[in-house]
Amino acid sequence: MDNVLFGVMPYILLMTAIVGAIWRFRSNKYTWSSQSSQFLENKTLFFGSFPWHYGIITILLGHILGLFIPKSIVLWNSVPLRLYVLELTALALGFLALFGLLALIYRRLTNSRVKAVTSGWDVLVLIILLIQVVTGIGNAILYRWGSNWYVATAVPWMWSVLKLQPNVDLVANLPLITKTHIFNALLFIGLIPFSRLAHFVVINPYKYLVRPYQVVRWYRKGGPTVNIVSYK
Amino acid sequence: MDKCIGCHTCSVSCKNVWTSRRGAEYMWWNNVETKPGAGYPLTWEDQERYRGGWEVSGGSLRLKLLKGPGKIRTLANIFFQPNLPTIDDYYEPFTYDYQNLFNAPAGDDQPTARPRSLITGEFMEKIALGPNWDDDMGGSPLYAANDPNLKGLSESQKEMLTKFHKLFFFYLPRICNHCLNPACVASCPSGAIYKRGEDGIVLIDQDTCRAWRFCVSACPYKKPYYNWANGKSEKCIFCYPRTETGQANACAHACTGRIRFVGVLFYDADRIEEVAKTPDERLVDAMRDIVLDPNDPRVIEEARKQGIDENWIVAAQNSPSYNLFKKWRIAMPNHPEFRTLPMNFYVPPLSPVLHNAKAENGGTFDSESMEFFNSIDKMRIPVRYLANMLSAGNEQVVIESLKKQMAVRLWVRQQRVGDIGDSAAKAALSAVGLTPEEAFEIYKLVSLGTFQERFVIPETHRETMTTVDPRLMYEKRGTVGFGSKKQELVSRQW
Ligand code: HEM
Ligand code: SF4
Ligand code: SF4
Repeated sequence: MDNVLFGVMPYILLMTAIVGAIWRFRSNKYTWSSQSSQFLENKTLFFGSFPWHYGIITILLGHILGLFIPKSIVLWNSVPLRLYVLELTALALGFLALFGLLALIYRRLTNSRVKAVTSGWDVLVLIILLIQVVTGIGNAILYRWGSNWYVATAVPWMWSVLKLQPNVDLVANLPLITKTHIFNALLFIGLIPFSRLAHFVVINPYKYLVRPYQVVRWYRKGGPTVNIVSYK
Repeated sequence: MDKCIGCHTCSVSCKNVWTSRRGAEYMWWNNVETKPGAGYPLTWEDQERYRGGWEVSGGSLRLKLLKGPGKIRTLANIFFQPNLPTIDDYYEPFTYDYQNLFNAPAGDDQPTARPRSLITGEFMEKIALGPNWDDDMGGSPLYAANDPNLKGLSESQKEMLTKFHKLFFFYLPRICNHCLNPACVASCPSGAIYKRGEDGIVLIDQDTCRAWRFCVSACPYKKPYYNWANGKSEKCIFCYPRTETGQANACAHACTGRIRFVGVLFYDADRIEEVAKTPDERLVDAMRDIVLDPNDPRVIEEARKQGIDENWIVAAQNSPSYNLFKKWRIAMPNHPEFRTLPMNFYVPPLSPVLHNAKAENGGTFDSESMEFFNSIDKMRIPVRYLANMLSAGNEQVVIESLKKQMAVRLWVRQQRVGDIGDSAAKAALSAVGLTPEEAFEIYKLVSLGTFQERFVIPETHRETMTTVDPRLMYEKRGTVGFGSKKQELVSRQW
């Protein structure tokens, strides 16, 4: 069972994510959108979207940081005070995200206008995210100190998967909540290209900071490609 | 604007061609609002609220939306935009339950057709807002009193809104201005919006739009619209499939009042930033400055060097827009103080002036005396109001246009009725710096203008220069006009 969940499924879901994203981007670029519903309802969204995104994005970055610089994390945690600061911040961000997510779910369930633009995919995404955030917070509270054992178990496992030599033993003995968290994360990744989650796989907004304000395109063959107005 | 009869033929032809789709029901790429009035969306002109357009800050040009930290603010607010209007600022699109009129069981009462929301499909308690809700000053003390253009008017002038016999109003037809310094383009984090090099039409690339909606907030005219059903923004495309082939765009073509003119303007793109920074009082003049004289040999030579086709140069030389805006200086942009350098120009309305002059003078308008120029101060539509709307507050620009219109009217009246006196009519003309020939040209264009004179639109011969298969080039009715070639993609898939 564990071999299937943590040895085989990662590849299936990662491939789904990559192939799916390329397929959708090439054949169906038009649907690549954050599907904003602020236009229909913007009061609850404020209390949902801001906490959710600020919370979840920082936490995700934390996870990625752990993946790439595990040693620095352990080193940082060697001083108890620094460990407490890290853990408490992460937990607070987790609750922030949870609060936001609950507001988003409440809004999807109760507002009739928002309901009119809710697809089955949206519901699935929200359920998966809720499981993810709740199990994440569960990990943090029940099994101390996550930032240390994350680096010792899940991180090497992820690397083993990426190096095509999956070492399932690393995660096989983790508690059920943690295993749910990890497998659910895989589902989440697999879902990215097939839902509105695609919206965060975007490169364009970062370019905005450096590009000139105005954009000019020519349809003439061999027309000037340079922007004729260049102020930023 | 005098000649706009507020018939909405333009709006309806636009809607029939482009926005009769799910998610686009509430959009009016072309709309006509009664002024004074709150407009569509409500109080769109109030940039304290929406933060649309540009401001000059510390000597550089900056989007009002980016107040504070600058472009970073866009990324920080990408998850939730504080300045975005919602559907309630436009109106909830609705239809009526007509079937009930046929299918209702026999009963004591007449069956009714209740309104039904086009978003949720549910019945609506009552319709609280609709397209052009305050048409012809309906509910003016409630709606028109919020018109941002009324600022700076005296109390007695504002009072006119509530006094029926003193009431003034006129119509403002609006489409996207296809600005030279478009705020929508500048605000888009995806770089999906662009100005076309060849003809200056501003378009949204539907495949690149990610529904961040900054264009909706940033455009001070609120002319990009968010399609809530499929998660893409859309806007007026200046009917480019028509204009590319030399036909007039749908709204202009349909105009029953014949108030619309379409023509080519050459301008100096290097000076856009400088012009957009000009202080309010000189903005309209600066905008007239940036437009180049298409008969100037140096301009023609430069145009040829830039690869502009000969038919475009000829069109620019016959451009009604050039004449109205720059040569005769009687047309002016809408809210130039938003600094997007909008490219629709309006001739301010004059009619009620004469009417008021008559009333004020307690008798027939004395055409012999030159009193009519003075009476502009007393005109029914306050000059202040027009200046707030058309010239960034510079009353002189408005007065110049009004005086010219009046002089042309006198001169033409002298030609046709002959009760003004030749010398008086000529004196009126020279007082505003017009020659009789120019007066005739103005009269000919705005009153008698044929279709060919009103719409001077050169073909782009796209078939010779496009990289797209010509068969796929033009979209069908009922699409956003650009981007998706798939008709079925009108609502969510994922
Ligand atoms: C690059 C970073 C991201 C950006 C720019 C971004 C932007 C947005 C925007 C604009 C919306 C639409 C909000 C509205 O209705 O107006 C949205 C919704 C949403 N985002 Fe993100 N997002 C990002 C990252 C993420 C991540 C990492 C996740 C999850 C792990 C996520 C999950 C969601 C969900 C679930 C919704 C739907 C909320 C609802 O139910 O209405 N986002 N996002
Ligand atoms: S009027 Fe048109 S071109 Fe100008 S900022 Fe608005 S949408 Fe953009
Ligand atoms: S612009 Fe023309 S078509 Fe539109 S309302 Fe005015 S007169 Fe009618």
